[in-house]
Amino acid sequence: MLKKTVFAGFGGQGVLMMGYVLAFSAMRDGLQVTYLPSYGAEVRGGTANCTVVVSDEEIASPVSSSPDFAVVLNRPSMMKYQGVMTSGGIMILNSSLVDVDPSRKDLDVVKVPANDIAAELGSDRTLNMIMLGAFVAKTGISSVDSVMNGLGEIVKGKNARIMELNRKGLERGAAYALREQKVSR
Amino acid sequence: MSEKVLMRGTHVVAEAAVRAGCRFYAGYPITPQNELPEYMSDAMARLEDGTFIQAESELAAINMVIGASIAGARAMTSSSSPGISLKQEGFSFLAAQELPAVIVNIMRGSPGLGNIAPSQGDYFQATRGGGHGDYRSIVLAPASGQEMADLTRKAFDYADRYRIPVMILADGMMGQMMEPVLLPESIDPRKLPPKPWILNGAKGRPSRVIKSLLLDPSVEEAHNWKLVRKHEMIGREISDAETDLMDDARIAVIAYGTAARIAKGAIKRVRETGLKVGLLRPVTLWPFPEKVFRGLDESVENFLVFEMSTGQMLEDVKLSLAGRGEVHFYGRPGGPIPTPDEVAKVISRLYHRQKL
Amino acid sequence: MAKLVFKRPKTLKQVISHYCPGCGHGIIHRLIAEVIEDLDIGEKTIGVPPAGCAVLAYNYIDVDMAEAAHGRATAVATGIKRILPDRIVFAYQGDGDMAAIGTAETIHAANRGENITCIFVNNGVYGMTGGQMAPTTILGQLSTTTPGGRDMARDGGPLDLSEMLALTSGSVYIERTAVNSPKNVRRTKKAIAKAFKSQMANRGFSLVEILSPCPTNWKMSPVDSHRWIDKVAASVFPLRVIKDKTEES
Ligand SMILES: Cc1ncc(C[n+]2csc(CCOP(=O)(O)OP(=O)(O)O)c2C)c(N)n1
Repeated sequence: MLKKTVFAGFGGQGVLMMGYVLAFSAMRDGLQVTYLPSYGAEVRGGTANCTVVVSDEEIASPVSSSPDFAVVLNRPSMMKYQGVMTSGGIMILNSSLVDVDPSRKDLDVVKVPANDIAAELGSDRTLNMIMLGAFVAKTGISSVDSVMNGLGEIVKGKNARIMELNRKGLERGAAYALREQKVSR
Repeated sequence: MSEKVLMRGTHVVAEAAVRAGCRFYAGYPITPQNELPEYMSDAMARLEDGTFIQAESELAAINMVIGASIAGARAMTSSSSPGISLKQEGFSFLAAQELPAVIVNIMRGSPGLGNIAPSQGDYFQATRGGGHGDYRSIVLAPASGQEMADLTRKAFDYADRYRIPVMILADGMMGQMMEPVLLPESIDPRKLPPKPWILNGAKGRPSRVIKSLLLDPSVEEAHNWKLVRKHEMIGREISDAETDLMDDARIAVIAYGTAARIAKGAIKRVRETGLKVGLLRPVTLWPFPEKVFRGLDESVENFLVFEMSTGQMLEDVKLSLAGRGEVHFYGRPGGPIPTPDEVAKVISRLYHRQKL
Repeated sequence: MAKLVFKRPKTLKQVISHYCPGCGHGIIHRLIAEVIEDLDIGEKTIGVPPAGCAVLAYNYIDVDMAEAAHGRATAVATGIKRILPDRIVFAYQGDGDMAAIGTAETIHAANRGENITCIFVNNGVYGMTGGQMAPTTILGQLSTTTPGGRDMARDGGPLDLSEMLALTSGSVYIERTAVNSPKNVRRTKKAIAKAFKSQMANRGFSLVEILSPCPTNWKMSPVDSHRWIDKVAASVFPLRVIKDKTEES
């Protein structure tokens, strides 16, 4: 198994954190991982992305010409990555901000109204965890439990209320993705 | 046993340096290695005997490192291409005065200001000594998070053992990428072997001078030859390369650092289509692992050098092969990160053209 | 009848700014463009922006521009001016560029009385590289390389480069201004105009230091960063004419 995922959106949407949490949790699951963020002026310029590779054997290249999965939080990212994804790839799309469908028909697209769910939870900050929850539930690349434990270790010492919000975000995202799947079947 | 950590390359180098007993860091901000001084500014403050200085320039930083080395500390500086150019004078003085120091170059797209993307354009500058004069510096090229840690430890050990500057030559991708890493155990710098040559005040001993002004040409000549003997010893003792899938290979891809990682991905792809291709990855760029080239099976007659430059290591490969086989080149200078697919295509095209 | 109260100076290219919200560089670019237009020197001005957030000044100010290495702008400007003494040559430098890596070049250009103008943008941090300490960072101020705040014993105090330059015999006009209020913006424009005119009159080295907000790296809102300049920055770097010998011959 070797899966390459890109996370992409505006700077400030928690894109890099999403990728880091996945990479960290997969490492704790005993898998090989690489995490490669966009960096420097590029980040301040508005867009941020990172590539996470998860595998059960040695990972050669941390860059990805054709990701298997994409988690996209805004429209420019959707436009950018839909063209390069592998056929049959899974795209988790923030439908609160992206109101057009990808033109590719060979992708499995899950639309998650993440900003709306975040608003219901009372914090924009949960946006990335909602998307991450949907992503792990849909792809099975990790589990909500692993990710939750991973997150707990990463933000050690952060206050309990924020952790609780993040947990809710992950769960809501995961539940949404699973429900979507049932409906589409 | 300690657990693996997930850290970016620049942080790994910084933490590995602290654990290797580095107690002096001086540097100047430049992307894509800012996280290294930022980490050090905090790490050194936490140590009772740690010093961090944000110097006013790279030139000042390398000279501060020279001073700390003269005073006996394990000392380090880091930068990226344009800043490394400013340190070149210092490299020459370190080499001339036989001072240990560790220098990290997280290369970026150049020449000039260039950009902040990963590149391998500083190979010549690094492996030909780094500054003016007739000398060499040890150059180590990590290709993974784990090697960022392990080679940092080695860099400090080699620097002290041979009294020579050691450069860790990585690039923006190695610096920014995170991989699980098992960090080496910490050593206490006070338990390191004493350095009988440092300047610490001539208490109860004759005074010492550390210098590089050798006005008498015959003395300078003798000093140059002395450095050469040291270089030859280093060549015998530490040159290192990784070979992968070379047993049945008809083409050897030769690449270091980030390019080697991309090449590995490419080789995996072409192997799936039945092509017999292997990898030779120099870990020490100076001393260049010539022995490994000479030890290659006679049946390998095609060599593809792949660099994120217009072809620099290429020259060392040709020198090491000394006319044997056919040497091909694929390069991407200036910062774009080539993909494994792209390199796989280059390999297969070559494979078929050569009717292998 | 409608009266025109606002227009883009021709010398300012019509492009979208890459600067962060609330950044002072854009205002300063505009002021320079206005002065160049007022003095009608667009066809004989040459700018030298070195590495720093404003290295891209050539994307905005529509005059000849030569990019310089970090810290070397005054040396490059010196070379240009000596070959073309009737052109107006200005360097546009950040505080890291001017007061850290380029201190030697700056002091010696001033001391030789090079007839150039330096626009010295003091935002108290290294903007382009992501908010490290600058020589002008204030004691106690947080930056990515002073995680515990700038500390006198470890890092030294903020450097008054302009005051130091005033001591050199070749400097003729040095003023410190800010761009955090309409009044200060107007004052800054006057100072830039005066510096350029002084150069046109062959007086010698002129410099305008401008306290400029960097909300991104200060981690403040634009409004708070304007207040911070008044309350904190300007108490360490007082806004004033530091040296003026433009009337003497
Ligand atoms: C020799 C060299 N060292 C370091 C750098 C990286 N660098 C680019 S701009 C800059 C400093 C930016 O700060 P400042 O001059 O204060 O300008 P600002 O970006 O804040 O406007 C640095 C360190 C470089 N380009 N060249």
